Amino acid sequence: MGLRTGSFQENYAQDMAIFRSRLHWEMLLALLILLSICPLFFSDRILTIMTMIGIAVVSVHGLNILTGYCGQISIGHAGFMAVGGYTSAILCAKLGFPFWAALPCAALAAGIAGLIFGLPSLKIKGFYLIMATIAAQFIIIWIIIQLRSITGGTDGLSIPRPMIGSIALSSKTNYFYLVMLFACLATITAHNIVRTRAGRAFIAIRDNDLAAEVMGVSLWSYKLQAFFIGCVYAGVAGSLLVHYIRFASTDQFPFMDSVWYLGMLIVGGMGSTTGAIFGVIALKLLDELVTIVGPILAAAVAPQTAASLALMSHGLVIIIFLIFEPRGLHHRWEIIKAYFRLWPFSHEVSE
Amino acid sequence: MTFFLQLVVTGFAQGMVYALIAIGFVIILKCSEVFNIAQGHFVMIGGYLGYTFLVPFGLPIWAALLLAIAVASVMGLLIERLMLRPMVGQPVLAVVMMTIALASVLEGLATLLWGAEYKAYHGLLPTITAKVGAISIPSESLIGLIISVICVVILMLLFRYTKIGLAMRATAEDLQVVQSVGIKATTVYAVSWIIACVVGVIGGILLGGVSGANMELANIGLKAFAVVLLGGLDSIGGAIVAGIILGMLENVAAGYLDPLLPGGGLAQVFPFIVMIIVLIFRPNGLFGLSRIERV
Repeated sequence: MGLRTGSFQENYAQDMAIFRSRLHWEMLLALLILLSICPLFFSDRILTIMTMIGIAVVSVHGLNILTGYCGQISIGHAGFMAVGGYTSAILCAKLGFPFWAALPCAALAAGIAGLIFGLPSLKIKGFYLIMATIAAQFIIIWIIIQLRSITGGTDGLSIPRPMIGSIALSSKTNYFYLVMLFACLATITAHNIVRTRAGRAFIAIRDNDLAAEVMGVSLWSYKLQAFFIGCVYAGVAGSLLVHYIRFASTDQFPFMDSVWYLGMLIVGGMGSTTGAIFGVIALKLLDELVTIVGPILAAAVAPQTAASLALMSHGLVIIIFLIFEPRGLHHRWEIIKAYFRLWPFSHEVSE
Repeated sequence: MTFFLQLVVTGFAQGMVYALIAIGFVIILKCSEVFNIAQGHFVMIGGYLGYTFLVPFGLPIWAALLLAIAVASVMGLLIERLMLRPMVGQPVLAVVMMTIALASVLEGLATLLWGAEYKAYHGLLPTITAKVGAISIPSESLIGLIISVICVVILMLLFRYTKIGLAMRATAEDLQVVQSVGIKATTVYAVSWIIACVVGVIGGILLGGVSGANMELANIGLKAFAVVLLGGLDSIGGAIVAGIILGMLENVAAGYLDPLLPGGGLAQVFPFIVMIIVLIFRPNGLFGLSRIERV
């Protein structure tokens, strides 16, 4: 990444830092302040949208590490979220765990589920792995429905109001802060995980797994680590989701969600933490647009156009991105940033 | 014993339709190395096309089949040209996402045109009743079996005796060699998509004649994936054998185990259990070639 003229890096630590200039820190602070005053200005509806975006951000960060960085394609992410969601729902509703204790258990359970379904990845890749993870999604949901006595089967499971200490997280505002806290934590940890030794190993595996193994990267260990980490994020997101709705049902974790999480990565740009956030925001806002435009279309043209638009919009957006901007919004963002950084010498912006 | 044989026979006929759908998938995969997630959605479109031509249009079955094949050919051509041509040489994930996006667009189209409703045209397909001892063969399954067999034979003849069939087999073998001798790979891709669309649509009409056309027909594609994985991704013969095996296994397992499980629905999840087992123990399937990779 280039820097503005006149800002110098004098040692390695400075060069590797995420926030490298005063301006970066100021912008971070501004973003955090903006996030924290959101509830003062926005209605409950917008807060709900932002909360859902935050939950999806946590989940997609996990998928980004697994698919974007380690190259292990997973179309079963909603299934792993379901493991996390149901674990924390059962712990809270049946065993009386407090919310803060159930959340790590949920993360761990999802991580272990990820390890189990990640095992085939040691032998297979590409399309075979896609099929294995699709199978994981359906098998997990089927098992949840079968374990009727514990999970409530198709009826779902009500969850008591989440509490942290004496603070009840029942209002939209409280929960918004909680989710944003987790979204920020997830972003920080995700961005740092890929800067560690493990992260570099993930990238090596993604680029060429045979070459990586020859260089001494243990495929066995790192592929499973990627599955574990990715699914821990999914577990946290699943737990946040069911506690927000205070009800766990398999309908909250449909197969198509797993697909659209990958779609978010494509739209945002694979293998980039900012890309994951952009992708989530873009597709979630598209959803909102569809819910606004859909009824108007339905009234004006024909009743089924609303449902049709909802189905087609995601597909069309992904097709457009794949053909015209396969590197995603992240790449556009980098171009915009470079433009301002290099202004007025913008001819130096290179693709 | 009669119960068991009945399940096996029904499964056999059903498996043959799975095999037909799976062949479409294998052809695309062999010719252009694209994993077509939308194969099941061709089936769904086929079910609705069958309804449209048979019920509102009131056409006889042969005319409906021909028209559906014509529509499917145009659809295959358009899909290849507009969506898959730009994806040549892109990574696996991008191509797979493209076919997933295609699936959702097809689903949206079906909703737009047919309102995502259940459309029955039960009893419009010609029926042949056959009875072997105490086992009766369901008539729709039998007609499905016959048409599937005819389609498979036609495809085999196409690959064996026509020039384009030869070009397709050659492309599956080695793309670079094919291009260097002047065969147009893009034509091969287009033809492979047309064939995949056509077999999907025929499968859809057959299945729609049994269970009615609805959006659920798209899930049959997931079973087709289990079939191709079991048979070996690049083997057409494997797809046929695996289709029959899976159809039988699914029926037998559902027949015997569903009463024991409270939630039921084993038939839905069964293909995936087979899939995982195959992937762990025999990733190349029954008849697939194992590939040697080099850095």
